[in-house]
Amino acid sequence: MHNNKKPLLIASAAVLAASMATGASAATLDSVKEKGFVQCGVSTGLPGFSAPDDAGNWQGLDVDVCRGVAAAVLGDASKVRYVPLTAKERFTALQSGEIDVLSRNTTWTATRDTSLGLNFAGVNYYDGQGFMVSKDLGVASAKELDGAAVCIQSGTTTELNLADYFRLNDMSFEPVVFDTSDQTVKGFEAGRCDVLTSDQSQLYALRIKLSDPASAMVLPEVISKEPLGPVVRQGDDQWFNIVKWTLFAQINAEEMGLSSDNIEEKKSDTNPNVARLVGADGNYGEAMGLPADWAYQVIKQVGNYGQMFERNVGTGSALGIERGLNALWTDGGVQYAPPVR
Amino acid sequence: MSIEKTLSRVTEKMIDSRPAPSDSIGAVAWLRSNLFAGPINTLFTLFALYLVYLLVVPSLQWALIDASWSGTSREDCTGEGACWVFISARLDQFIYGFYPSEETWRVDIVFAVFAALIAWLAIPKLPAKGWVAIVSLAVFPFIAYFLLHGGSFGLEIVGTHEWGGLMLTLVLAVVGIVAALPLGILLALGRRSEMPIVKSICVVFIEFWRGVPLITVLFMASVMLPLFVPGEVNLDKLVRALIGITLFQSAYMAEVVRGGLQAIPKGQTEAGMALGLGYWRNMGLIVLPQALKLMIPGIVNTFIALFKDTSLVLIIGLFDLLAIVQAGLADPKWLGYSIEGYAFVALVFWVFCFSMSRYSQYLERLLHTGHKKR
Repeated sequence: MHNNKKPLLIASAAVLAASMATGASAATLDSVKEKGFVQCGVSTGLPGFSAPDDAGNWQGLDVDVCRGVAAAVLGDASKVRYVPLTAKERFTALQSGEIDVLSRNTTWTATRDTSLGLNFAGVNYYDGQGFMVSKDLGVASAKELDGAAVCIQSGTTTELNLADYFRLNDMSFEPVVFDTSDQTVKGFEAGRCDVLTSDQSQLYALRIKLSDPASAMVLPEVISKEPLGPVVRQGDDQWFNIVKWTLFAQINAEEMGLSSDNIEEKKSDTNPNVARLVGADGNYGEAMGLPADWAYQVIKQVGNYGQMFERNVGTGSALGIERGLNALWTDGGVQYAPPVR
Repeated sequence: MSIEKTLSRVTEKMIDSRPAPSDSIGAVAWLRSNLFAGPINTLFTLFALYLVYLLVVPSLQWALIDASWSGTSREDCTGEGACWVFISARLDQFIYGFYPSEETWRVDIVFAVFAALIAWLAIPKLPAKGWVAIVSLAVFPFIAYFLLHGGSFGLEIVGTHEWGGLMLTLVLAVVGIVAALPLGILLALGRRSEMPIVKSICVVFIEFWRGVPLITVLFMASVMLPLFVPGEVNLDKLVRALIGITLFQSAYMAEVVRGGLQAIPKGQTEAGMALGLGYWRNMGLIVLPQALKLMIPGIVNTFIALFKDTSLVLIIGLFDLLAIVQAGLADPKWLGYSIEGYAFVALVFWVFCFSMSRYSQYLERLLHTGHKKR
């Protein structure tokens, strides 16, 4: 998880990365085409982002990023080999070439982007730390939480962010620390604390674990920036572009109103933006080493960004997260993709 | 007093034995002497019974009476109690991991044959144990590999990244146990050897592996090793974990075996030498058979610890039984059933470990030759 930051580990990984950066940077696209599948690092289980369903198929927002890349490169979204990774393994797995893309709710930070020999290829979820309270408490804003007992998971940056936020707003709090997210939610349910804090994407999952999910609500305040996105190795710009533009194609598709349901009829649309995206006018895949219909395949097989969001974490899923920051820029969010031309 | 008068009081036949008084035998007497022997004792007994009542009744209520058993989704869990639907809906996944469902018969065959071989070796009356042992050690591993992994005889390849669940736990445990025992015996013999180089190599090996935690070993094997080998060399993650577990456990096994060897008096070896036996025959025929028998509790202890330690592979992203249940708990459709998941894992682990423990006690009774108490 992105909040388990171990400075020492990062430092040692950075040293190794520096020595590795030259080694594993051969053309990833060629090796993927040769293998016939994309090796994609996902988490070992995070609700809405990556988890195996009853039939053993991986599902989630991070998983769909992998499927999108496979659809763009190989024309088949199912040609992905998922490599479940723990937070500690994820960067070395990418650096050593064990995986081609890391799509594992990884926060984009300066340190990671600049010192690990990695590149962040976009943001598929704008996350941030938030608060969940019991509705009985009658609190509508985090600003009213002065003196509250707060349930936190230990050893995460959540703790630091929380302390910073309360100090900045001149409020006091009493931390109640737990070891795992299951224990944290049980503590909240048992009334050990008034507020539970975690990343917003996780608060919704934790809420489902309550015996009465409707009794709790997530406050609107977000106190930290956690942009999560896919990561690739530095030094392979072609592959970096492919992953980046796969996500951009999905965001553009939503903006143009293209979805997996209507792509068949819309692909002969006269709108020049649509024609360029689906490959009917010009060949924008060529420069990346992809076929002209790369974006068409992504949209047809995986869907646009909005579909991907709703299906996995949005109101169409068990989690029921609002779009919020993740809405398109035209709808008041910050999801914005450069144009295809 | 005449002698006749005295004799008339003596009975001529034996009086039949009568049963003991009813308050000194049977359940009542046992209860009275063990549970209700005095006021304090009685108080403790009642208090303990109350505690048991407090614990057992709600557990049973939750786990059995109020539980939901059948269905396919969380909507089928209507009862107040446990939702075993989570387990039953995903049971295949918990057992086979991501193994393709049309190929799971291969796993079934491997474990059925394995169970049959173990049973054959474990039941004393069956003949030809030597041959069965040779088959299980020399032939069966190859059959198991070809069936599980595939790639020949027209079987589709199922890479180790698709292995998981109970199947992976058993593969890790069985390979670890089978490989660690002989390696451990060799290391123990090496450590007792009089050859300085052999001895120091074994001492260094054992002390090194005993000195590091298993998590570190697995972590090194999974995270650091790939950075030091060239990109083309791609050693399978499972193989790396297996090598790590085997080397780690063999060091522990070596010390258990060494303990057993030290219990055999030196006179045994000397007697063997006097008969003209060389080192290996002396060890194989005289020392080890006696020593191994003494070591059964220690060896099985190590095996059970190893079986449970296999779940540590979840930190390197291998989905053993525990890890796959945890991954299932992250499915948004099944959020909040962690107690059921962990209870199921605990039950499975308990069944396996308890069976190993019972079998070792049976072996001890079978092989005991007067060293044991009782």
